[in-house]
Amino acid sequence: MAGIVGYGAFIPRNRIKSEEIARQWGKDPAAIRRGLLLEEKSVPGLDEDTITISVAAGRAALERAGIDPQRVGALYIGSESHPYAVKPSGTVVIEALGIGPDVHVADFEFACKAGTEAMFVALSLVESGRVDYAMGIGADTSQGAPNDALEFSASAGGAAYLFGKQHLLVDVLHTYSFTTDTPDFWRREGEFYPRHTGRFTGEPAYFRHVGTATRTILERSGLTPKDFRYVVFHMPNGKFPQAVGKELGFTKQQLETGWIVPKMGNTYSGSSPTGLAAVLDVADPGDLILVTSFGSGAGSDSFVLKATELLPERRGRAPTVRSMLDGPRRYLTYGEYVKYREKIIVNE
Amino acid sequence: MRDVAVVGLGMTPFGELWQHSLRSLSVEAALEAMRDAGADMLDGVYLGNMAGGQFVGQEHLGPLLADHLGMRGVPVTRVESACASGGVALRSAFFEVASGASDLVLAMGVEKMNDGADATNVLATAADQETEAYHGITFPGLYAMIARAHMAEHGTTLEDLAAVSVKNHRHGARNPKAQFRQEVTLEQVMASSLVADPLRLLHCSPVSDGAAAVLLCPLDRAKEFTDRPVKIRASGMATSSMALAERRDPAFLDAVSLSGSRAYHMAGLGPADIDVAEVHDCFSIAEICVIEALCFAEQGKGGAAARTGETALGGRLPVNPSGGLKSKGHPVGATGIAQVIEIVEQLRGEAGERQVQDARIGLTQNMGGSGGSSVVHIFERV
Repeated sequence: MAGIVGYGAFIPRNRIKSEEIARQWGKDPAAIRRGLLLEEKSVPGLDEDTITISVAAGRAALERAGIDPQRVGALYIGSESHPYAVKPSGTVVIEALGIGPDVHVADFEFACKAGTEAMFVALSLVESGRVDYAMGIGADTSQGAPNDALEFSASAGGAAYLFGKQHLLVDVLHTYSFTTDTPDFWRREGEFYPRHTGRFTGEPAYFRHVGTATRTILERSGLTPKDFRYVVFHMPNGKFPQAVGKELGFTKQQLETGWIVPKMGNTYSGSSPTGLAAVLDVADPGDLILVTSFGSGAGSDSFVLKATELLPERRGRAPTVRSMLDGPRRYLTYGEYVKYREKIIVNE
Repeated sequence: MRDVAVVGLGMTPFGELWQHSLRSLSVEAALEAMRDAGADMLDGVYLGNMAGGQFVGQEHLGPLLADHLGMRGVPVTRVESACASGGVALRSAFFEVASGASDLVLAMGVEKMNDGADATNVLATAADQETEAYHGITFPGLYAMIARAHMAEHGTTLEDLAAVSVKNHRHGARNPKAQFRQEVTLEQVMASSLVADPLRLLHCSPVSDGAAAVLLCPLDRAKEFTDRPVKIRASGMATSSMALAERRDPAFLDAVSLSGSRAYHMAGLGPADIDVAEVHDCFSIAEICVIEALCFAEQGKGGAAARTGETALGGRLPVNPSGGLKSKGHPVGATGIAQVIEIVEQLRGEAGERQVQDARIGLTQNMGGSGGSSVVHIFERV
């Protein structure tokens, strides 16, 4: 059986508080905290992008797996912010990680679902026997237009998962994907910021897809919400995952470990993968974990996972998600933030 | 003129109906009204719709409706008077039947607002473009100025405004077709997000999809279609200055007052005869101004009515037992007809948990823009 043999996450140190963004636009910070349940978000530094985040997370995954990088036969990165429109992110990442050149590499895009999509394909290749090891990464330096609700959430970070067949840290018991043509959020070629359809991104997009994918995987696996110790849903804001969890019959206790959005923000393709990494940082052997991602457009991938005996002894080999969320941070003013996000027009 | 009765009712739920289109909503409401009356033909339809062209890019709604209703050939007239489109559609249908020109006429309204358009901008086209909208003001802004004027002139308080929302949500919680079927507290209203000072989110009606239809026929044929016909006693309509700045008193809605007087005159009734009313609470301040203009409250004293329970279910004159635009939802073209449906259900004694005891005479008031147009109808159980 195939499963996760290594995982790693990375979150930049720069942060901006919801209050600082709200102050700039004359918005009520209390309403943001209450409505979106967002306190602060991570911000990439000038030298951080999807590639550097992928390298940091991928390195941690290799450390935890303890395998020779040369044995990785495939690497996929899902992101909405690949630094180049044409030229892969993955080629830089394999070189930096010492993988290849005997390797299949691709960059994926499926709005916020691209990370679990990369995981899904990597897992499938290992299951098929075509490669011994495959890595799936979800990472983003998410875009949100100034003065849009997304500006409070769009953040930077990601997680990498290495799949193999031996020495599993986590068994993958079931997977399921649910996809429809539901255009709730998009960014066209050449545009800086994504556009969205306001409340249409809720009920017909996020809630329908996350709800259906989760219900279906439960039905097919014969499991119920009570069987799980942890559950992770895609986190576009603080409120949506809590609301869908409640609707599906999960408790706050099952959600809270992976619910890292109030301090991290929405790392788009990295969101649910990083939430899962936070769960793996603390899960006990035998714990069942449910993950359902969401990507606008729209679709959801669901995974039923089970922690093995090996997980506790391997996780100490790389930094935990919490250590990056709660560890050293640097708070930016809005002015510094727009400089770091290259929103200020300067001469070359 | 012949006496006219309402003999059939049809209404979709109101809300964010992502799976429903302008045409499917219209057809659903129309068919339900015809089925309710057991009618299988129509002489004509008046369809109230404010902005199908802007919300979903669809004009020429007459043939669209007739076609998809399976009734090609039937004359359908689209009626527009901003948020009063539904009420004016009823007025047009009423006169067509009263005149003797037609027997079976459907009065209906529809609006599909949640389909990607910027609703605030679309609605702002109901303001005066040259003197208001071009300068950036939106409807929350206009009604906020009306609220400010009312507070300054009459001492109306923020609690008075909030009490209207609390009351209407309490009513709407009992309405299975309402968009927001939950109660809110005074504290929640007063702490909700500021939209246009002093109006907060919970002072404002929502952006909604929905359709509503009522079937009219001559009163002397009403028994062919229903055991409980409701007679239309009067229709009054009036216009006022388009721009708020041109009004003699921004805190007084003179089109409402004039449309009300005309309806009272036509019915030979006065405000004291009304047992239940549905009025246009697009913003909480609107309900306060409307009940004053209709003489349900003394001018300047409307602020206290919701707070003291006078206009609540069980009070002296229940106003907006359906939940009003605030809680039931406000698909603008459909609102005027949905008000009629609530009043007819009240007069038929079919309003369930929202029933006003022994209601015999009911009134609807439907407003366009910031009060540039208003239409009032009075109904009686027969």
